[in-house]
Amino acid sequence: MAQFKHPQILIASNLTDGEVVFLGASGWERDHRHARVARSAEDAAALEACGRRDICANRVVDAYLADVEIGGDGAPSPMHYREKMRVKGPSVRLDLGKQAAGGAP
Amino acid sequence: MTAHDPEAMRRANAPTTTYRYDEYDAALVRERVAEFREQVRRRLAGALTEEEFRPFRLMNGLYLQLHAYMLRVAIPYGTLTARQMRRLADIADKWDKGYGHFTTRQNLQYNWPKLVDTPDILEALADVEMHAIQTSGNCIRNVTADHFAGVAPDEIEDPRPTAEFLRQWSSLHPEFSFLPRKFKIAVTGAAHDRAAIMVHDVGLRIVRNDEGEIGYQVVVGGGLGRSPFVGKVVGDFVPRRDLLAFLEAIMRVYNRFGRRDNKYKARIKILVHEKGIDDIRAAVEAEFAAMDRSVFAHDPAEFERIAGFFAPPPYESLPSDSQMLRAAKLETPAFANFADVNVGAHKIPGYAIVTVSLKPIGGVPGDASSDQMRVLAEASERFGFGELRVSHEQNIILPHVKQDDLFALWRTLDAAGLATANAGLVSDIISCPGLDYCSLATARSIPIAQAISTRFADMSRQRRIGKLGIKISGCINACGHHHVGAIGILGLEKKGQESYQITLGGDPTFSASIGEILGPGVTAEQTPDVIEHLVDFYLAEREEGEAFIDTWRRIGHARFKDVLRREGEDGADI
Repeated sequence: MAQFKHPQILIASNLTDGEVVFLGASGWERDHRHARVARSAEDAAALEACGRRDICANRVVDAYLADVEIGGDGAPSPMHYREKMRVKGPSVRLDLGKQAAGGAP
Repeated sequence: MTAHDPEAMRRANAPTTTYRYDEYDAALVRERVAEFREQVRRRLAGALTEEEFRPFRLMNGLYLQLHAYMLRVAIPYGTLTARQMRRLADIADKWDKGYGHFTTRQNLQYNWPKLVDTPDILEALADVEMHAIQTSGNCIRNVTADHFAGVAPDEIEDPRPTAEFLRQWSSLHPEFSFLPRKFKIAVTGAAHDRAAIMVHDVGLRIVRNDEGEIGYQVVVGGGLGRSPFVGKVVGDFVPRRDLLAFLEAIMRVYNRFGRRDNKYKARIKILVHEKGIDDIRAAVEAEFAAMDRSVFAHDPAEFERIAGFFAPPPYESLPSDSQMLRAAKLETPAFANFADVNVGAHKIPGYAIVTVSLKPIGGVPGDASSDQMRVLAEASERFGFGELRVSHEQNIILPHVKQDDLFALWRTLDAAGLATANAGLVSDIISCPGLDYCSLATARSIPIAQAISTRFADMSRQRRIGKLGIKISGCINACGHHHVGAIGILGLEKKGQESYQITLGGDPTFSASIGEILGPGVTAEQTPDVIEHLVDFYLAEREEGEAFIDTWRRIGHARFKDVLRREGEDGADI
């Protein structure tokens, strides 16, 4: 098991429309701020197990863990610029993607 | 959809100068749509896992990207009819987000389709004789060609009949559907290479021998990506009657000896590099000699049938110089700039080739809104026999415009934000989608293109600089062709940050060369400064009429490296 350095969330793509989704407390969420946060290697393994289950159930594809930092409001936000992009949308089209709906800070 | 309007139907029946499906072609594409519809249904029903489904969707051009699925639509040899362009616009509105992205392989990508809608999109494409077959996967991809095909004054022969011939040969070819890796073919028939044939898996150059017979110089093993190579000549003159057999021999040698154990070493360029061109040539010639060539015997009647679709449109007999053009240029300086920069010579007197730049200052290279696509379709019907081309430089070409009509065309384009007079200039930047869309990317490329374009926004400055190709890729796969940019920019990740490696001296033409790395990577913020200093250094050093690549070759890479070194001394962390 990889060394656990930062809190993590599980990111995937929704099967039917390809939109980026995040594993939440009661299913897949479209807003990363509602993602379940793993705070230990065991938590992270549990998230991954949920991801594998939902891949087998044909709900999502390409699930993986991403490091996050926790903001003052307790919500997670990705640390790496690639995942920062995924929670918002294209930086060159602010009218598109999650950011367009005002859902992603 | 507007394509079902009576007016659209009238336009659909207008004569075109591109290949039209016969019953066999139409049935094949319809069957493929039905097959994919069933595959999607089974995937959504859970009968297919993603691992099982992925090869099916890829062979139909459907990727899963950073934010959504992406559908890549084939535009064979970059040629489109007005009707097809309208349908692309309609699809963008109905199933995507109102725009499309024209790529460096003369294709179009939709960035937001839903999996559930894809079969309907493919059906809508089939209505206008289009598809997404073999725009992905380890097969022979869309065959590309000179975007000035059929109209360039320096042309021996229109390369599109050959490209179409090869498309028919390679489409769903069972022997070549599971190659070690993807395989790209480009064709040119001109004295100047506008199709970058030297950096394709196979490049074909139409040539004429001493007896006046048309044949092909065949180049093999070129390519960009992780390991860039300039192709090498494997056949100096392959007569047309032997072309298919010769290509079949190349493919068989590749299929037999190409590496399948390591995807990074699986392209034919690696095989050519490791074995050497002499061994490859010997293997191809041996296969060619041993094979039953009767199967591939050239059918001149079939070639002529295909060539007939590319017959010249009914040009008028016109003087070579247009008084209307001359007067409009004098009266309207903005139009004069456009005419000087974006309008090229045509082989027919009184006509011109127009490059419509999809690179507005600060814009996204290659993107066009659905409204702009409709304007282009309309403009092609009013001014250019209803034909358009997509260039690998991510621009749109109107190949048959009367010089007398250029001013009216310019006004139409200008009203739609399509009259940027920068074709071939420093702001006409080739850029892949990069990390703004692509799941493979390691850095963004579009914002770098936008920043450089904005830095050089002054059009008179751009014209003083002259032709200069900047090409940007967001990862080592090099979809933005950075290796062959006079100035190339490669986006990478360095210590968790986006970093940009600059190369100089790339050349995509017959005198092809791979760019050399300038020095350590720079940040996104530093990149426009570095590019500007390199351009200023070039301007200071160039001799009369010298292009950037010529100055670089004359004075050497080391002198340009000093520019980056001085940047570092100025305090930049490079």
